[in-house]
Amino acid sequence: MLDVAVAYNRYKYLGNEFLTWLWFMMDTDRSGLAFPEAESTELEIGNRIVLENNRQNRDETITIKGDGAGLEEGVLALKKGALVTEVSLIMKAPEAEWRFQIKGESLNITGLKPPEKNPAEKSEDIEERVLEQIAHVERAADLVHQLYQQFIQQRLSEDWAETTVPAITRWMNQAAAS
Amino acid sequence: MGLLSATMSLARYRVEGRIPDPFLETVRERLKNHAIREIDNDPAEKSIGWTCFENPFQPDFENVNLVFGTHLVFSLRIDKKQIPAKVLKKHLDMAVIKRLKQTERNSLTKNEKQELREEVARRLYVRIPATPNVYEVVWNYEGQALWFFSTQKAANEELESIFAKTFKLSIIRMFPFTEADMICGLTDEQKDLLYKAAPTVFQGGANA
Repeated sequence: MLDVAVAYNRYKYLGNEFLTWLWFMMDTDRSGLAFPEAESTELEIGNRIVLENNRQNRDETITIKGDGAGLEEGVLALKKGALVTEVSLIMKAPEAEWRFQIKGESLNITGLKPPEKNPAEKSEDIEERVLEQIAHVERAADLVHQLYQQFIQQRLSEDWAETTVPAITRWMNQAAAS
Repeated sequence: MGLLSATMSLARYRVEGRIPDPFLETVRERLKNHAIREIDNDPAEKSIGWTCFENPFQPDFENVNLVFGTHLVFSLRIDKKQIPAKVLKKHLDMAVIKRLKQTERNSLTKNEKQELREEVARRLYVRIPATPNVYEVVWNYEGQALWFFSTQKAANEELESIFAKTFKLSIIRMFPFTEADMICGLTDEQKDLLYKAAPTVFQGGANA
């Protein structure tokens, strides 16, 4: 295998393409996303998205944040050639909600807020609390892994260039025009 | 941002290799062999080692619970001392004056000054308590997955180094390439495509 540091830098674009594809899928074909317990779980873009445009040595970073923020500027940045480098997601299951950010280049999960519990229901037993937190982290980590797996399978198929890239390009153009 | 915090951040790893039997005793023994060493009242600047999840400031690997469900849970502790720059400057200036007086000279060479700086820092390190940073590790041994509750580059590098030394196992951080290559179930043909892949151009320009 390649040296880890070389592989990290050479292929970090895959993580940014993944997050851009994820936004596209969430906007156009949410039911096409395959992740654990998808039938009972909803996935939404949260309150922060970061895009970077490195085309023609531009090195621009566009950050959109805030609960009421629209994503129009993000779409415009995509049209100019930017990719999503960081996104916050909300995973909603019945009576539970996970919020976290994913960074494209590392696929690190940051700012993970598991479902809040009523203080009265909080256990004093450390083992119980640890197991509960592990289950919450597992849910988010499994989601990221399954989505990335779906992306990479598609990314390495013939469909990527023939179908997915033109569809993403159309989506960028249409979204920017509307 | 640790395991029991309201907000968590983590890096994901894959661990390859097996721990010899008896499994749990071996894990305890190895953690103990690389446990954190206290450096308060000691001239050391930094100490890195394992500690217990439940009692990170008094590790006792013999009696602590390491297994939670199907996971091993313990912590990495990094203790570091930092001398404020102005404090170091003050003590170094005083030491230089003293040395010049003792040697009846007007100046010190660059090497002499460097040696004096190290000596002053060592003296100060004895008097400064170390700041501890504790990062939890959750290891699903059977699933070969490990979570490290920090995304700081330096802390992750320390984890990779001490983990490999402690357990003699290969620990590989999951990022876009390694995740695709190792745990996404790619065929050999798909892996060849992955190695040759180049950035996608979505809008008629180069994105990379």
